Amino acid sequence: MDTVMLSRFQFASTTIFHYFFVPVSIGLALLIAIMETMYVRKGNEEYKKMAQFWGKLFLINFAVGVVTGILQEFQFGMNWSDYSRFVGDVFGAPLAIEALLAFFLESTFIGLWIFGWDKVSKRVHLLSIWLVAFGTMLSAFWILAANSFMQHPVGFAINNGRAEMNDFFALITNGQLLVEFPHTVLAAYATGAFLVTGISAYKLLRKQEVSFFKKSFEIAAIVGIVSSMGVAVAGHAQAQYLVKTQPMKMAASEGLWGKSGDPAPWTIYAKIDPKNKVSSNEIQIPYLLSFLSYSTFSGEVKGMNELQAEYVQKYGEGDYIPPVRTTFWSFRIMVAAGTAMIVLGLYAIYLIWRKKMDRPNTWFMRFMLWGLLLPPIANTAGWIMTEIGRQPWTVFGYMQTKDSVSPNISSGQVLFSVISFTTIYLILGLVMVGLFIKVIKKGPYAMDNDHDVSHDPYNKEVSPNVS
Amino acid sequence: MSLNELWFLLIAVLFVGFFFLEGFDFGVGMETQFLAKNDTERRVLINSIGPFWDANEVWLITAAGAMFAAFPDWYATLFSGFYVPFVFALLALIARGVAFEFRGKRDSQAWKKTWDACIFFGSAIPPFLLAVVFASFIKGLPIDGDMQMYAGFTDIVNVYTVVAGITVVLLCLVHGLMFTTLRTSGDLQNRARSLGQKLLLPLGALLLAFVIMTYYMTDIFDQHGAWLLIMVVLGIVAYLLAGYFMMKKKDSLAFGMTGAVIALSVASIFVGLFPRVMISSIDQAFNLTITNAASGHYSLKVMTIVALTMLPFVLGYQIWSYFIFHKRIHEKEHLEY
Repeated sequence: MDTVMLSRFQFASTTIFHYFFVPVSIGLALLIAIMETMYVRKGNEEYKKMAQFWGKLFLINFAVGVVTGILQEFQFGMNWSDYSRFVGDVFGAPLAIEALLAFFLESTFIGLWIFGWDKVSKRVHLLSIWLVAFGTMLSAFWILAANSFMQHPVGFAINNGRAEMNDFFALITNGQLLVEFPHTVLAAYATGAFLVTGISAYKLLRKQEVSFFKKSFEIAAIVGIVSSMGVAVAGHAQAQYLVKTQPMKMAASEGLWGKSGDPAPWTIYAKIDPKNKVSSNEIQIPYLLSFLSYSTFSGEVKGMNELQAEYVQKYGEGDYIPPVRTTFWSFRIMVAAGTAMIVLGLYAIYLIWRKKMDRPNTWFMRFMLWGLLLPPIANTAGWIMTEIGRQPWTVFGYMQTKDSVSPNISSGQVLFSVISFTTIYLILGLVMVGLFIKVIKKGPYAMDNDHDVSHDPYNKEVSPNVS
Repeated sequence: MSLNELWFLLIAVLFVGFFFLEGFDFGVGMETQFLAKNDTERRVLINSIGPFWDANEVWLITAAGAMFAAFPDWYATLFSGFYVPFVFALLALIARGVAFEFRGKRDSQAWKKTWDACIFFGSAIPPFLLAVVFASFIKGLPIDGDMQMYAGFTDIVNVYTVVAGITVVLLCLVHGLMFTTLRTSGDLQNRARSLGQKLLLPLGALLLAFVIMTYYMTDIFDQHGAWLLIMVVLGIVAYLLAGYFMMKKKDSLAFGMTGAVIALSVASIFVGLFPRVMISSIDQAFNLTITNAASGHYSLKVMTIVALTMLPFVLGYQIWSYFIFHKRIHEKEHLEY
């Protein structure tokens, strides 16, 4: 394999892995901040316990998110040095600002939150977790500003053979960013929320610490349904922006080779044959693609063949069609998972509203338990669609992936790093899941015992060689 | 001062800050293997850096981000050129970061030992490799006319860079020991101080060897002789004062002086480089400089405004967090988080 393929594999696998943890951190930080706010305002110890229990999971997750994030900051330079040279003037700024504004804020105040329970006042402690939550959101904003530039480059000019920034304001008000940021952040809130409802459902099914997990479930269910519906609304806005700025990605995500016809139907299923450039056996919902693209029930969407011809004229000879099947199916997986989240969330809200949470339906709670997997599936599929659908470009219209890779690294070196990183990530993933299960099984009050005994110097923490 | 010079200075400051701060938590990470006599002491040591190490590491991430934004070619040449060392540094930093969080989560001894090993190697490998990278900066690297660096094994790993690596590891260790004297008490504190004193002599020998090798093997004394002479003298003074304060048990002053040695060492590298950012061993004309590796004026201007507005706040709350956690950690307090 060549360095381009290996580097792409490494970027995809490490980024997907990193992105399991990022949305959980963003979502849980908000939920914990809400729980601790309720503790401070109502003085009910149960909410404090909630902040601490979910906080424990948050910290395990946060640690993995942070360390896998360091790699992200380095690998543009390591594997994509020609890309870095070309875009650094524009793309580097949001990354540096992200570190300065968000990473320092998160890391300092998470330290204060972990170690500060009895060192700072209640209000300062509460402020710390809100600042962490705010920091995770800021971080998302700046990294998405950088990603949006790759999808829809703005605020720059090509000088000296590279992209140079000439309008910072345009960069941070990029239309792509304005739709991508709410979509992504709301999805992250939903991810945290469904994790909490899922784990709570597990505990409620076992009738353990019922009051604690019922309250957790309720708070998370409300955040979950609001954000899931918000994700859909923002996603709709994103689709409309996509038709205008990256019509090829839109066509590929529909498996649409020729014109859609007017009004355009939305395809649920299709057998796609990229070799012969045809899709067959389609199952379609009339009008829906027109609605997705233009918010009205009419309007035509361009197909890949027509766009390919346009792009050849504009950018020169080449294949501008992304991997169609991956783009098509990742979009459908995302939409299906998102829809399932909304359905589950609505029913959960109905239960809470009708005060039926005391005797919840066992089947429904099982769905909620496994529902914690829906957001990560949707998040991953969404990013695969976004990034694969942009191919062959790294910066749409300006730089292709094959020209982005570092020319001075060998395939042996990249193979080595791919193997090293995937191995260590696999271990991390397994350990993390194991620890999550352990913490969850122990529950919030077993943790309390730990807490008390550890004030005693002769507790089990002290190893046998202390006499 | 031009914006290019300002950003070179800011990046230098970020690296100085990184080595000063993460330097002591690397040191403490290493100490856990031989200074702590039991698990409680190990826990005390880890907790002494618990609230800080993550923010300290952000100095490195910010430095890398600032390089990317202000000097994209420096960032690109550096990270692709040192591909394999960075893979190792990343593996070490990844293992170390999660180890702090994971080690206390199970009671088994084997579990703790595994993560303790990660903390040790994760604290020793990154400063070693970063020192190797910085030493090869000033020694020169095979960088061609397209700013591409094609380094062989001995371009990166040689006597000069390895001496630099060991020196910095030892420097971090001594600095970490001094930090331990500030945040612990009793026996642990005394042991930290006396180990620091014992390591001072070999550290001095290594530092001296490195300065002499630098004089003969690099051109930085030809370029900035006067400046570097001042810094070397200051370094010697700080080193001697560190020893004196250790002897007098003036721990915070001793910590300040080991920190000063680190800061002067890192700063000397940047002084020696200026106005270059990477030196080509093939041809001087191929050097990366603060001019030919930089972003455009507009981008630097935007970044300057953002950085100068935000920096006071960032520094302010970090200093405040050190103030909150200034008390010594006792074995009898709540240690598991």
